[in-house]
Amino acid sequence: MIRVILPQHLRTLARVDGEVTVDVPGPPTLGGVLTALESTYPVLQGTMRDHVTLKRRPFVRFYACEQDLSHDPPDNPLPEPVASGAEPFLVVGAMAGG
Amino acid sequence: MSGVRLLVGTRKGAFILTADGKRQQWDIAGPHFGGWEIYHLKGSPADPNRLYASQTSGWFGQILQRSNDAGKTWETVGNKFVYDGPTGQHLWYDGTPHPWEFKRVWHLEPSLKDPDTVYAGVEDAAMFRTTDGGQNWQELTGLRTHQSAGKWQPGAGGLCLHTILIDPSNPKRLFIAISAAGAFRSEDEGQSWRPINKGLKSNNEIPDPNAEVGHCVHRLAMHRSKPGVLFMQKHWDVMRSDDAGDSWREVSGNLPTDFGFVIDVHAHDPETIYVVPIKSDSEHYPPDGQLRVYRSRTGGEQWEALTNGLPQRDCYVNVLRDAMSVDALDKCGVYFGTTGGQVYASADGGDTWTAAALNLPPVLSVEAQTLP
Repeated sequence: MIRVILPQHLRTLARVDGEVTVDVPGPPTLGGVLTALESTYPVLQGTMRDHVTLKRRPFVRFYACEQDLSHDPPDNPLPEPVASGAEPFLVVGAMAGG
Repeated sequence: MSGVRLLVGTRKGAFILTADGKRQQWDIAGPHFGGWEIYHLKGSPADPNRLYASQTSGWFGQILQRSNDAGKTWETVGNKFVYDGPTGQHLWYDGTPHPWEFKRVWHLEPSLKDPDTVYAGVEDAAMFRTTDGGQNWQELTGLRTHQSAGKWQPGAGGLCLHTILIDPSNPKRLFIAISAAGAFRSEDEGQSWRPINKGLKSNNEIPDPNAEVGHCVHRLAMHRSKPGVLFMQKHWDVMRSDDAGDSWREVSGNLPTDFGFVIDVHAHDPETIYVVPIKSDSEHYPPDGQLRVYRSRTGGEQWEALTNGLPQRDCYVNVLRDAMSVDALDKCGVYFGTTGGQVYASADGGDTWTAAALNLPPVLSVEAQTLP
């Protein structure tokens, strides 16, 4: 069970409050968590990464354990504290005004 | 008693304004989708309670919303806008080739007859259609793959397909406009297209000012009783066609400036048209700080300034291309929204104006629905 903290606008779209959890089959990876999120909340498809290329949207970032995982390959294993549920995986809208 | 519903898209959400037939007191509901850019909302002519909204964000991309109860509740529908086939290249601002990239939906045009069928005009310019109420979107590839597409170039707002008109006498005939490619017509529901830009002149904007494509058309308008007559607000110049776009002539006449974004037609008089002149292509505000709608009762050439109720000093807002609409009541209501967050309403064809809303986020679009 992976704990995920979504940014406010994606929580609103997914109609959830606070932290969510998703099941990721096998050793959890960055790509696996995103796929699980999109499967559980189909409205999030296309909001974090491209529908077809699966490339991360430029202003979306992925953090965990005080590390920036945004540029990690999608099949990289997530840090052990995220995999064990001790720490959440964060989807973040890049800091910007406007 | 009949009434009017205004669907207002803004930089930070959607608002729905309602009034009875007098159109003096407006109730404002919203923001819906707060914090998101709402480029356009539009209701189905076949079912006015069926609304569609284009919700976009630089962070999280494109969302499409649908309502079955006039905007009281909304549900997300499909947001997968994928170009069908090789994407090809258009021209970038510097004239070099640039690949097509989907950015957002600018305009939604529901079918005249079927609430589940909607056309979507997108950036980078292409046409999509849904026939299942927005769940799935298919590209009508004939436009993006037109032989001229490699010469299309974005305007400052992007390479956007922002206008879609359906001929009410022949729904297979569509008109669209793209900044900065020009106007196009289809006779087969969007399968194939031809440019309709003969007579447009874009001096100092494109190398050949009379080119077949490359013109920065800001808006097209049509009256349903005369679908062969089209009006155009181009980057510069107000234009008119009496042959469904085969040829155009300038009707800017005595306007103080012929730059602008919006143009619309009176609901009951196909020769009465409205524009909001803007000072220039870089000075996006009204001349002399005076917000004036100009009305022509002669289908162009002769224009009169409409100022009663509009700010006549120190006004430096813009009126964007999808931000004017008319209702079908008698007398015809005219509405427009500004980048300053005001929505102005006239219940008498433009003779007098009141503010229906004063302090919204910058307005991107206004659509009027006439309620029974």
